[in-house]
Amino acid sequence: MSRLAAENVTLAYDQRVIAENLSVTIPDHSFTVIVGPNACGKSTLLRALSRMLKPSAGSVLLDGSAISSLPAKKVARTLGLLPQTSVAPDGITVADLVARGRYPHQGLLRQWSAEDERIVQESMAATGVGGLAERYVDELSGGQRQRVWIAMALAQQTPLFLLDEPTTYLDIQHQIEVLDLCAELHEEQGRTLVAVLHDLNHAARYATHLIAMKDGAVIAEGAPCEVVTAELVQRVFGLSCQVIDDPETGTPLIVPAARKPRKAAAAAAVTASAVPTASATAAS
Amino acid sequence: MSTTSTTVKPGESEVSGESGAGVKGVRGVRAVRTRGGLSLRLDVRALLACLLLLALALAAAIALIGSGDYPMTPAEVLSTLTGGGNPGQEFIVQDLRLPRVLVGLLAGAAFGISGAVFQAVSRNPLGSPDVLGFAQGSSVGALVVIVYFQGGTVAVAAGSVVGGVATGVAIFLLAWKRGIQGYRFVLVGIGASAMLYALVLYLLTKANIVEATRATIWMNGSLNGRDWDQVGPLAAVCAALLPLLLLHGRPLRMLEMGDDAAYALGVRVDRVRVVTLLAAVLLVASATAATGPIAFVALTAPQLARRLTRSPGPNLLPAALMGAVLLVAADWSAQRLFGADQLPVGVLTGVLGGGYLLWLLARERRVGRM
Repeated sequence: MSRLAAENVTLAYDQRVIAENLSVTIPDHSFTVIVGPNACGKSTLLRALSRMLKPSAGSVLLDGSAISSLPAKKVARTLGLLPQTSVAPDGITVADLVARGRYPHQGLLRQWSAEDERIVQESMAATGVGGLAERYVDELSGGQRQRVWIAMALAQQTPLFLLDEPTTYLDIQHQIEVLDLCAELHEEQGRTLVAVLHDLNHAARYATHLIAMKDGAVIAEGAPCEVVTAELVQRVFGLSCQVIDDPETGTPLIVPAARKPRKAAAAAAVTASAVPTASATAAS
Repeated sequence: MSTTSTTVKPGESEVSGESGAGVKGVRGVRAVRTRGGLSLRLDVRALLACLLLLALALAAAIALIGSGDYPMTPAEVLSTLTGGGNPGQEFIVQDLRLPRVLVGLLAGAAFGISGAVFQAVSRNPLGSPDVLGFAQGSSVGALVVIVYFQGGTVAVAAGSVVGGVATGVAIFLLAWKRGIQGYRFVLVGIGASAMLYALVLYLLTKANIVEATRATIWMNGSLNGRDWDQVGPLAAVCAALLPLLLLHGRPLRMLEMGDDAAYALGVRVDRVRVVTLLAAVLLVASATAATGPIAFVALTAPQLARRLTRSPGPNLLPAALMGAVLLVAADWSAQRLFGADQLPVGVLTGVLGGGYLLWLLARERRVGRM
C-alpha cells in the first residue's frame, strides 16, 4: 500500500487531453523521478498528484482517499510541493518566507508557536540558508533562492514532497547542489520525494525509482539501473545513445551518439564500421 | 487582547529580528503565547503603525469637525462630542459635521482595504479599483438613475451600488482564465474603464442642464452635506465586511506567492479570491454610493501603509486606517486651502493621486514589470 497514487486518471486542460487512463504508484520512501520529452505530460501528472489539477476522470489517492475530498490544510500537512514558478513577495526576508511554510499548521488562534520557530530554524539549517535568514529574497542568486523555496516547503514538514523541475534555470553547480540536497532529504529524513527532471543523467543518478513517460503514458518504471537502456532512450526520446556506467556512482550514464555529417550518414548506413571524421567530411 | 495570561518562558516568547532572540530575519515579530497552546503573532512595527494611523485619523476627524464657517477648537469639539457643548454647537457637530466626518472615515477605510485586497489578488499595485473602472461603473449606475428616472439621493446611491457591483462582476468574469493573472486583470479593467467612461459621456449628452449639473457634482466625489442617511448603510456594510476581510488576511498573504505555492500550503485559492474580491467590490460600491467616486485613495493607501509597516503582505488593517486618514485629511486640507465646501475632496485626491500614479507607472517600467 503506497501513500500516493493516481488511479486511471484522465488529465486535461480545458478540452485538450494530456493523458488518458494513466495509473502511477509512488513507492513509499522512494526518490521517484519522472522523465520524458517535452509535452509528454510529466508536469501535468505532478500537478495532478499535488491536487493542483483535478483529473477529469479517475482519482488521485492520498492515504487511500481521493485527494480532492480531503480538507486543503490537511493535505498540505501531508504533501508538500515546490512549484515551477513562485513569486517572492516584495521586500520579504528569507526567514519570513520560510516561516510561511508553517501556514498549514497554523490557525487564527495558533499563529506562531515555539514549534514553528524551531522548525523554521531547522529547515533553514538543513538547506544551508541559515546564514541568509535576514537577507531579502530578491537579492539572492538563483541557486540560493531555490534553496530558500525548498526550505519553505520543508518547514511544511510533510512526509511527501513533490518538486516540479527544481533545477530548471539554474547553473550546473546549483543544479547539482539542489539535487544533492534532495538526496539528503530523502536519505536522512526518510521522506518520499517525487521530482520532474529534464536531465536524464541527473534522473538516473539521483532517482531510486524512475518513471519514463511519453505521450501521456508510462513507458517504463523501476530502478534506473534496470530501466535505463539505449533502447528505452531511443523509444522515449528518439535519441540514439550509449549507456555506460557513471564513473562516480556506477549508475547508468547516457552518452548521446555523435553527430553524423549528413553526407557521411548515408555511407555510414552501408559500412557500419566507418567512423565519420572531420577529414572524411572534408574529403567528400 | 484575551490572551494576556502570557507565560514568558525565556527565549520562547521573545521573537525579534533586532534583539537576536528567536528566528533572526522574521522581522520585528513577537509571539504572545498561552499555556493552552494558543499563540498570536504580533508584528510590532505594524502594530505601532496602526496605532499611529488611528491617532492621526482621530486627530484629522476632530480638526475636520472644527473647521467650517463656524470654526471650533479641538477642545470645544471634544467637549461637544461628549455632551458638553451649547445647543448651537450641538447642532453643528451632531447634525452637520459629525456625519460628514464619519462618512469620510468609513469610506476612506473601505477604499483603503479594498485597494489592498485588489492589489493582493492581482499581485500588482496598479490592480486597484480606481484604475479598473469601478468609479466609471458606479457613475454609470448613478447617472442612469439621475437622467432616466430623476431619482432622489437614495435611488442614486442604489444605482451607483448596482453599477459598481456589476462592473466588478463583469471584470472578474472577463479576466478569469484558469485563475486571475495580474496583468490580464489590470488590462481588462482599464478597457472596462474606458468603455464605461464613454457611456458616462453619452449619458451626460442625454441629460438636461439640471440633471447634468447634478451628475457632475456627484461624479466629483465629495463629503459636502453628507448626513446620517449616508452614515447608516455605509456603517452597516463596513461592520459586516471589514472583519470578514481582516479574517482573510493570512490566506491573502499566501496568495501573493502565486497560486501554486498558495495551493501547496493549503489555501483554498479560488474560494479566498472570490470571497475577498466580492467583499471588496461591495465595500467600494457602498463607499462610492455615499461619497461619489473619490479618486486614488484605494490606489495609494495600501502602498503607503506597506511602506510604513515595512511588512510584506496586503497589510489590510493599516491600509484601511491609512485610507481613512487620507480621505479625512484631504477633505480638511481642501477646506483649509480653498474655503468651506469650495473644493470637493475628490478633486484634491485626484490631483495628488494622479501624480502618484505617474510615479508608480514610471517605477514599474524601471523595474521591468511593464
